[in-house]
Amino acid sequence: MAQLRIVQYINQFFAQIGGEEMAHIKPELREGIVGPGLAFNQAFGDEAEIVAAVICGDSYFNENLETAKKEIVEMVKSQSPDLFIAGPAFNAGRYGVACGSICDAVKKELGIPALTGMYVENPGVDMFKESVYIVSTKNSAAGMRDAVKKMAPLALKLGRNEKIGASAQEGYIPNGIRVNFFEKERGSKRAVDMLLKKMAGKDFVTEFPMPDFDRVKPNPAVKNISKAKIALVTSGGIVPKGNPDHIESSSASKYGRYDIEGVMDLTADTYETAHGGYDPVYANEDADRVLPVDVMREFEKEGKIGSLFHYFYTTVGNGTAVKSAKKYAEEIAAELKKANIDAVILTST
Amino acid sequence: MKLELGYIDIQDIQFSEESKIANGVLYVNKDEIQKIVLGQEHIRSVEIDIARPGESVRITPVKDVIEPRVKVEGPGGIFPGVISKVGTVGSGKTHVLRGSAVVTTGQIVGFQEGIIDMAGPGADYTPFSKLNNLVLKMEPEEGLAQHEHEHALRMAGLKVATYLGELARNVQPDETQEFETYSIPEGMEKLKGLPRVAYVLMLQSQGLMHDTYVYGVDAKRSLPTIINPTEIMDGAILSGNCVSACDKNTTYHHLNNPVVMDLFDKHGKEINFVGVIITNENVYLADKERSSDWTAKLAEWLGLDGVIISQEGFGNPDTDLIMNCKKIESKNIPTVIITDEYAGRDGSSQSLADADALATAVVTGGNANELITLPKLDKVIGDVSYVERIAGGFNGNLKEDGSIVVELQAITGATNEMGFNRLSAR
Repeated sequence: MAQLRIVQYINQFFAQIGGEEMAHIKPELREGIVGPGLAFNQAFGDEAEIVAAVICGDSYFNENLETAKKEIVEMVKSQSPDLFIAGPAFNAGRYGVACGSICDAVKKELGIPALTGMYVENPGVDMFKESVYIVSTKNSAAGMRDAVKKMAPLALKLGRNEKIGASAQEGYIPNGIRVNFFEKERGSKRAVDMLLKKMAGKDFVTEFPMPDFDRVKPNPAVKNISKAKIALVTSGGIVPKGNPDHIESSSASKYGRYDIEGVMDLTADTYETAHGGYDPVYANEDADRVLPVDVMREFEKEGKIGSLFHYFYTTVGNGTAVKSAKKYAEEIAAELKKANIDAVILTST
Repeated sequence: MKLELGYIDIQDIQFSEESKIANGVLYVNKDEIQKIVLGQEHIRSVEIDIARPGESVRITPVKDVIEPRVKVEGPGGIFPGVISKVGTVGSGKTHVLRGSAVVTTGQIVGFQEGIIDMAGPGADYTPFSKLNNLVLKMEPEEGLAQHEHEHALRMAGLKVATYLGELARNVQPDETQEFETYSIPEGMEKLKGLPRVAYVLMLQSQGLMHDTYVYGVDAKRSLPTIINPTEIMDGAILSGNCVSACDKNTTYHHLNNPVVMDLFDKHGKEINFVGVIITNENVYLADKERSSDWTAKLAEWLGLDGVIISQEGFGNPDTDLIMNCKKIESKNIPTVIITDEYAGRDGSSQSLADADALATAVVTGGNANELITLPKLDKVIGDVSYVERIAGGFNGNLKEDGSIVVELQAITGATNEMGFNRLSAR
């Protein structure tokens, strides 16, 4: 396998140019290895080589963000590397932001994989953890050896376009993408060990930090329901018999829109459920139980509602990622708005 | 209550004139198995097969997996209230045919049946690839309703497992292990100073074909209650559900509940394992509120210092999981919850359908939406044509070369929420 070419970004301090008094220096490209590059190069052995370093003062970068980024991206491009490494920045705030920004830019503009390292509380982490791989380091340069040990193997994987494992395996800060891997112990043992620590008041690490949860406030009540144009939308999987669009029984990759013009009642011969998460027997006997077309038609006739929209929208909620559900809802909502729908009855299972 | 498990290691299953266990081999008379299965009402035909670890065999659609056991000493019989008469089990001696199982398959009942690959990449995700499996491919009478279909398969599987278990009655175990829990005052005295820990075992009870039976009682018609962990080892809890294959707790999982085993491992040393609180996962909000109130009340009443909560299924039961966690934590009892994730195929979506800040300690069985390619295997037991329809499958996922692309969801036991496996996610 050919040796990977790597360009590394470092600040004035790690280039041994100076401290805060030299933070104003402009970007400079130096061929060969500078500062921490030495430790990285040793760790890479024959598999990769740092061919150049880009050095920039922290103040210059942060005060001239756009120009600095442009200049640095050009310098990186001139070396046509296989991989770009910035830092590690440890707990240096401006340096961390610079490392995150430039990795992001190199990745997006040059399509070159990029990696940086920071202490978990560095402000650069929250800004860039979702767009760039950031290895978790100690909070000062004394942790350089440890940082190199974690960053070098991940760098090689990125440079070779190999599959990147879970954060816990590879050492990067969780980036919001959940990745499966095999732990050393089975889950029950991990749970018992976690409980022992939690009961004793010791530190433990949860395997899934609770997300901020979306809570949707209901809209105000419809003012005059007898004039309202109402649509039916369901995650209960009601589809025309035979499931013509093959909506999946779980983890739906799509939603369906079906015309019910003139349909007064859903029967066992005409409709069924595609949903795999609940007992389908009763929904298949009479799909109105999930999607109440029959009652809506009665109400329409009796003047209790204005009218029933001639399309219904349907998907399967079972095992369907929230992100997918959100996407379908946005598209459905846009169509409903266009059709001047006043209210929607949303049924599940 | 004290139970001794005697493990008889089964290295192989072979068909034979006479059903018996000798030198670690389970010999099975096909005709007798057939007679048992066809004796079950509503089953029209059965094909009996063997699937061994490492063989190029795919079993699908899998309904349940059952470990054969037999009660050799002490009151009651195996699978009480369903196969044996109702009677408290969990004490005395029980023999286990370790390393073997009965797997039920055949025409699909619902959507939520799974795949067991005995070899290849899929085998890494299901614990049942490591067992010698006697596979029953059963076909129902024409036009049989789904509920009766599920019941017939469940009963036939349990009967065959009971028959095989009986063969071990007089066999000398390769290894024995003792499990003992104490009454409340006994435990207080004997294990003074050790934290009191219980296990909240959530049972799938969303409705027909999503059910669990406790001593024959449908769990959705019961309030949360207390059960001794050794009762579970004797088959007091049976799977009667078709919830998604990956996080379905099969009867095998109940018999070998890993949380129970790992709590016993620390019992008397680092903790006092007080017992198991079983609760349900009903669909109505009032049921959810009532049941989670009850688990919290029982946890407080038992004077617990810690609780592990395990889930079954996903989505709707996430609400029960979070309610249980929140209400028990609110009693100042620390909890750890075990769940799995539906983070989308690319892993970028929110993983659970409910969340709460009090759920600070979570163990995950992995992202069930992750895709896997299962290469063609030499032999299929069952019917591979259902793989587009089962949960985790999709239109066109069965390729011309015989390989299958599915979400892990479709693999039996892949993301088990009792923590049976090493699979996890970050």
